[in-house]
Amino acid sequence: MTVNSDGVFFLTGKDFANAGSASSNLKGILEKRGIPAEIIRRASIAAFEAEMNVIIYAVAGMMHYTITPETIKVVLQDMGPGIPDIGLAMQEGYSTAPDYIREMGFGSGMGLPNIKRNADKLTINSVVGEGTTVEFVISLERSGR
Amino acid sequence: MKLSELVESLSLDVRTPGADLTREVTGGYVSDLLSDVIGHAPEGAVWVTLQAHLNIVAVASLKGLAGIILANNRVPEEGTLKKASEVNVPVMTSGLPAFELVGRLYALGLRCR
Repeated sequence: MTVNSDGVFFLTGKDFANAGSASSNLKGILEKRGIPAEIIRRASIAAFEAEMNVIIYAVAGMMHYTITPETIKVVLQDMGPGIPDIGLAMQEGYSTAPDYIREMGFGSGMGLPNIKRNADKLTINSVVGEGTTVEFVISLERSGR
Repeated sequence: MKLSELVESLSLDVRTPGADLTREVTGGYVSDLLSDVIGHAPEGAVWVTLQAHLNIVAVASLKGLAGIILANNRVPEEGTLKKASEVNVPVMTSGLPAFELVGRLYALGLRCR
């Protein structure tokens, strides 16, 4: 009964008024498909963190999702500053966010680690001065976790 | 416990008129770091924070939180209240500091799990 579905949300850098709406829409789509709540919870956390990274750091970007009976795959591609050292960026607590972002309660260096913790697979590709692609996959099969 | 009972016992000021206060509150969480809340707040919790900007609404909505309480007389931004009303996330304020507020919530039986 379940077929593949996919779609894309466009993200604008510094658009804090709409920040989180792509993740929220994705959550609604997952709920409509009847995906288990625990998996939706993990997908929502990962999607929100990845979306906020685009809003905070990039000029613009997009969130593309593909849902199959086996997996949820989300790819965020941005036009941003890029990440010079991905290993460092993956460290909990490491952040390059400016003060005003931190004052909002973002930029605590928990974003990428949160994605990693909640996804079954995370791939980051980045070119400094061009942008970053973050791809995460969550398994829908029983053996997923 | 219903959100309305909590509003009553802690004399909270409800800043989103028409918000659903019949919602069952099943836990509590306190943090000003949004990633921490996204990662760890349990669904159905009431969230105590000092953050007053509109992204707290997205966080609460995404996590299915029962409501947000701004401590220490923090004033919610206008955009926050507008967004909160749109997506039906109750926003309340209290004159109590976060420590006091959380202590009282705990005494009322709320836990973080």
